[in-house]
Amino acid sequence: MSKIEFINVWKEYGPVVVLENLSLSVDTGEFCTVVGASGCGKTTFLRMLLGEERPSRGQIQLDGEQLRDEPGPDRGVVFQRYSVFPHLTVVQNVMLGLELQAAPLSGRLFGAARSRARELAREMLDSVGLSHALDRYPSELSGGMQQRLALAQALIMKPRILLLDEPFGALDPGIRTDMHKLVLQLWQQTGLTVFMITHDLHEAFYLGSRLLVFDKPRIDPQALQAYGATITYDLPLANTDKDTMEGIRQHVEEDVPRALEAAAN
Amino acid sequence: MKRLLNQRPGRVPRALLGMLPFVLLLLIYMAASDARLAENPDDKLLPSFSSIGAAIDRMAFEPSKRSGDYLLWTDTGASLKRLALGVGISAVVALVFGVLLGIIPYINAGMSPFVSAISMIPPMAILPMLFIVFGLGELSKVVLIVIGITPFIIRDLQQRVHELPAEQIIKAQTLGGSTWQLIIRVVLPQVLPRLIDAVRLSLGAAWLFLIAAEAIAATDGLGYRIFLVRRYLAMDVILPYVIWITLLAFLTDLSLRSLSRLAFPWFQNKTADST
Repeated sequence: MSKIEFINVWKEYGPVVVLENLSLSVDTGEFCTVVGASGCGKTTFLRMLLGEERPSRGQIQLDGEQLRDEPGPDRGVVFQRYSVFPHLTVVQNVMLGLELQAAPLSGRLFGAARSRARELAREMLDSVGLSHALDRYPSELSGGMQQRLALAQALIMKPRILLLDEPFGALDPGIRTDMHKLVLQLWQQTGLTVFMITHDLHEAFYLGSRLLVFDKPRIDPQALQAYGATITYDLPLANTDKDTMEGIRQHVEEDVPRALEAAAN
Repeated sequence: MKRLLNQRPGRVPRALLGMLPFVLLLLIYMAASDARLAENPDDKLLPSFSSIGAAIDRMAFEPSKRSGDYLLWTDTGASLKRLALGVGISAVVALVFGVLLGIIPYINAGMSPFVSAISMIPPMAILPMLFIVFGLGELSKVVLIVIGITPFIIRDLQQRVHELPAEQIIKAQTLGGSTWQLIIRVVLPQVLPRLIDAVRLSLGAAWLFLIAAEAIAATDGLGYRIFLVRRYLAMDVILPYVIWITLLAFLTDLSLRSLSRLAFPWFQNKTADST
């Protein structure tokens, strides 16, 4: 249904190669967690999925058709920050997507249609545990509540793919654990395809059904940007053993930064 | 003893300190005025409070012998009308262009250098042209205000639109928003309180242009009056007029600030957070 394919995708900015020869096929309902050292193309990968960037070479296909190169309602997103609209209350934030779809000219709903949209939004907010804060503004919410709101706002569009860009990076550990539960629960209920970028390997192993590790397989110490990153590990996560995880952790958190640092010096 | 920079006045001392410069200025004026009048009772430079009071009475509460108007009020009405028209037109034009320049790259590419260039023209330098083209009537005064403050507000708003986080714009697109919908549901509502701020900042300039235009060619208005009575060294009229103009400016600012607080409650929280 929502099969995503990367076919020999390259991303270059002038002489700088960010991603090289990336091929990947992801089926509906997979929960891909994406990890990698900074500067290894995770964000570029996500931006290409969003349609903010287009590949320099190769193709990204969604169900066999080339992905549109601008953001659209088939792909929902939650960023680390600024995902919600400060001038709208919680329930208005969630209603916005419904209103934009139904009213091309005014972008607003009135009367019975508005009540229906509000009811849908209220149900959505209920499922992320925000039904007590319907009429508050985002600035009155904690960081965790804002991310819950961002999730509800994205999910009400029933996107085929949900993209999460370090969504819990700015949250306290306890709240993070709650958010993990929530995301898993929503993923199981909706069955949509999720890509989540994270810096936290434990989070990546705990949440994902598939782990993608971005890394530079080759580093030229004379020209750091000559080679790009690609996916170096692509693991189904149900049966990962501890040693593999420790190996990856050591590689991502220690070896790669050290190599980059050594090369930079 | 705490360092000076850590000592903070309480509410009452703060209010008293705030009033102190005003009281001091008043006392200095009274002393200087008394000294000059003692030497020469006909001195016009620093009139006594009683003659200022008489002048206010004459301008505000007695019909003019020549026209039968209550001059202070007709002057105020004429000036405020020009100011409101000028500032209102500027705000609307600047809102449209500021938002479009900020959000649509093609319009930005086409218009941004032009707006920058226009904003460099000293408005007073083109006042003669305005008089030639639009005549000496109301129009040229309003146009001077518009030309004087619109480029500034446009550039300010364009900057505010740029400051909206890219994440928000992307997010709105993933909610299915078109360019038009993004403008009216995401950009415009967030820029409106900034527009009020920009208008507040440009009011000083607007008054400057208004009074300059009135000084040169007008038959009524606050600026016209103070430049007219200057010929008779009528400080007893000029001083209350200046204080009246200052008060009007203060009240306009105050009402704009209250409007922003009432109409955009989310904006106040936001600015409180960031400071």
